[in-house]
Amino acid sequence: MTSADLHDHMLEVKDISLSFQGVKAIHQLSFAVSRGEICALIGPNGAGKSSLLNILNGVYQPDSGEVHYEHAHFSRLTPFEAARRGIGRTFQNNALFGKLAVIDNILTGLSRHSRVSVLEQAFGLPRARREAADFLQRSEAVLAFLELQPYRQTLVGNLAYGLQKRVELGRALVSSPKLLLLDEPMAGMNAEEKQDMSHFIRSINRDLGTTVVLIEHDIGVIMDLSDHVVVLDYGRKVGDGSPAEVQANPEVIAAYLGSDNGPLNTVH
Amino acid sequence: MSVSTQCALFSLSAAGWITRMRLQVGHWFSHGRVPYAWLVLSLVAVGVPLVSGDYWLNAILIPFLILSLAGLGLNVLTGYAGQTSLGSGGFMAVGAFATYACLIHFQLSFLLAIFLGGGVAALVGLFFGLPSAKIKGFYLMVTSLAAQFFLEWVFVKFPWFYNYSSSATISSPPITVFGWAIASPLSKYYLVLVLVSFLTWVAVNLTRSQVGRNWMAIRDMDTAAAVIGIRVHRSKILAFAISSFYLGIAGALWVFAYLGSAGVQSFSLQRSFQVLFIIIIGGLGSISGNFIGAAFISLLPLLLDFLAHTFFARMVDAGLLQNLQKVIFGSLIVWFLIKEPEGIARFISHLRGRLAVWPLRF
Repeated sequence: MTSADLHDHMLEVKDISLSFQGVKAIHQLSFAVSRGEICALIGPNGAGKSSLLNILNGVYQPDSGEVHYEHAHFSRLTPFEAARRGIGRTFQNNALFGKLAVIDNILTGLSRHSRVSVLEQAFGLPRARREAADFLQRSEAVLAFLELQPYRQTLVGNLAYGLQKRVELGRALVSSPKLLLLDEPMAGMNAEEKQDMSHFIRSINRDLGTTVVLIEHDIGVIMDLSDHVVVLDYGRKVGDGSPAEVQANPEVIAAYLGSDNGPLNTVH
Repeated sequence: MSVSTQCALFSLSAAGWITRMRLQVGHWFSHGRVPYAWLVLSLVAVGVPLVSGDYWLNAILIPFLILSLAGLGLNVLTGYAGQTSLGSGGFMAVGAFATYACLIHFQLSFLLAIFLGGGVAALVGLFFGLPSAKIKGFYLMVTSLAAQFFLEWVFVKFPWFYNYSSSATISSPPITVFGWAIASPLSKYYLVLVLVSFLTWVAVNLTRSQVGRNWMAIRDMDTAAAVIGIRVHRSKILAFAISSFYLGIAGALWVFAYLGSAGVQSFSLQRSFQVLFIIIIGGLGSISGNFIGAAFISLLPLLLDFLAHTFFARMVDAGLLQNLQKVIFGSLIVWFLIKEPEGIARFISHLRGRLAVWPLRF
C-alpha cells in the first residue's frame, strides 16, 4: 500500500524541512500523493500544514529535501513555475482580488495561458479578441459549474465568505490544473455550504481527473471525501494511510485527537 | 371609475413608462458604451468649437484635454497597477524634451517625433520602474520622487536638451501634420483631441484586456497574483512603461500644443501633484475619472472665479475673494472625497444607478 514503486505518484515529498528563524515548522517530512486521489492533510493548528502547501507551490523554499512532481524534482520552485506546471492553489484566508467582479477574478486565473502580445490587446486586434472570447467562455463554464452565475458582476469584496471560497476555487480551476492545493476550503462554512463544497471538490476530482491535496479540520468531511490522509503534528508525520487506517492508528489518536472521546470516535 | 382612481392609474402608468424609459437609457449607458463614446466625441469635436472662441480652446479646453491624458497615464500606473508615483512631471518633461530633440536635432516630422518622445519617456519610466520588484508603497513613491528631481536636474544641466538657448526653454517650431499647419487654436485643439481620443481608446482596450486584469490583480493582492501565474514584476514594469508613454505624450502636447514654449519648471513636482489630484478626485482605476478629475481641477476654479466676480465683485476685497475661492475649492474637494472616497466617477455611476430606478425608489 505504501510502497512507492507500485503507485503512479504524481507528487512525492522527500525529507522536507523548513524552519522560521530557528523554529522548526516542518521536520524531515516525506509522503506521496497518487495520481487522481484526494489527499487530506490534517493536524492541529501550527502543525505545518499550510507551510507544506506553500512549499508545494513555491511560496516558501524548504531548507532541505526535495519535491518530485510529475517525475521532475525541485529543490527550488517559484510560484510562477508551479502555476505553469499545473499546480493550482487556494488560500486559508481568501486571497482574491477584492475590487474585481467575480467573472474578472475567474478570468485572472487564465493569465498564464495568454499568448497574445500587449500591442495586439492594446489595439483590439482579431487574435486578442478571439483569445478574450475563448477565455470568457472558459470562465463562464466555471461560473456555471460552481453555480456562481448570479454573482457574475458582483465585486468579490462584497460577497459572503463562503461564496468567496467558491470564487477562489473557480479561479484555480479555470486554468485546468493537474494538481489542486486547497487550504481549508470549508473553513467558516455552515453544514449546507460544506456539503456543496464537498460536492464540487468530488466532481472536480472524478469528472476532471484533478488530483487534490486539501487541508481540512472537519473530520466528518475528511472521512467522507478523501482517499488518503496524512496526519501532521509539530511538523512531523504521525500518520499516513486510508481514512480507516488513520482512524484506527493509536499514535494518531494519541497525538492529535486525544486518547478518548475525540471527534474521530463520533464518525462511523 | 372616480376621477381620483383615474388619476392614480394614470400616474402609475406614467411612472411605469418613465421607469421603462429610464431602464432603457440606463441599458444604453451601461452596455452601449461605444455609441455613447462616439456621441460624446462627435459632440466635442463639432459642437464645442462652434460655441467657444479661441480663448476657450487655447486656455481651457486644450489644457483640460492634455491634463486628462496625463491623468490617464498616471491612472494606468496608480489606479490600475497600484504603484504610487510622484514622478509624473518628470516623465512629462522627458516626453517634451525628447520630442523637441527629435524635431530640432533629428529633423523628424511632428507625429513621428511625438511618438518617439513618448517612447523615450516609456524607456525612462521602465528604468525607474525596475525597483518596484523589491520596493512597495510609500518607499516606491520616494523612488519616483528621486526620478522627478533627477529628471528636472538633467534638463537644466545639459544644454543640448534645450538647444543651447539662453533662457533654458524649448520653443515649438512651426508644426505640420500630414501637410496641415498646426498653428491656429482650432487646429491645435483638433490635434490634441485626435491624439487624446486615440490614446483613450487604447487605454480602454488595455484595461479591459488580460493585461489590465493582471494589473488590477497585482494592485489588489500581489502574492496571490504570483501564485496564479501572473508575472508580477513584468506586469509592473509594463505599467511603468505605458504610463510614462502617456505622460510623455501629454508633456510634449503641453509644450507644442498649449504653451508654445516652456522650461523644465512647467514639469515640476507641483505638476506631479496636480496629476495625482486629478486621478484621486476623478477616480482611481477609472478611465472617465481622468476627464472628470481634470475638468474639476481646471474648470471649477474658473467657474468659482466667474461666480465670485459676477456676484461679489464690489462687496468683497479682491485679494480676499481669491483666497475665498481657494477655500471653497478645497472644501469642495474634501466634501466630494468624504461623500465618495473612490472619486467622482464612482459618485456619478452610483447616481446613475439610482436614477435608473428613480420613480420607484430613489
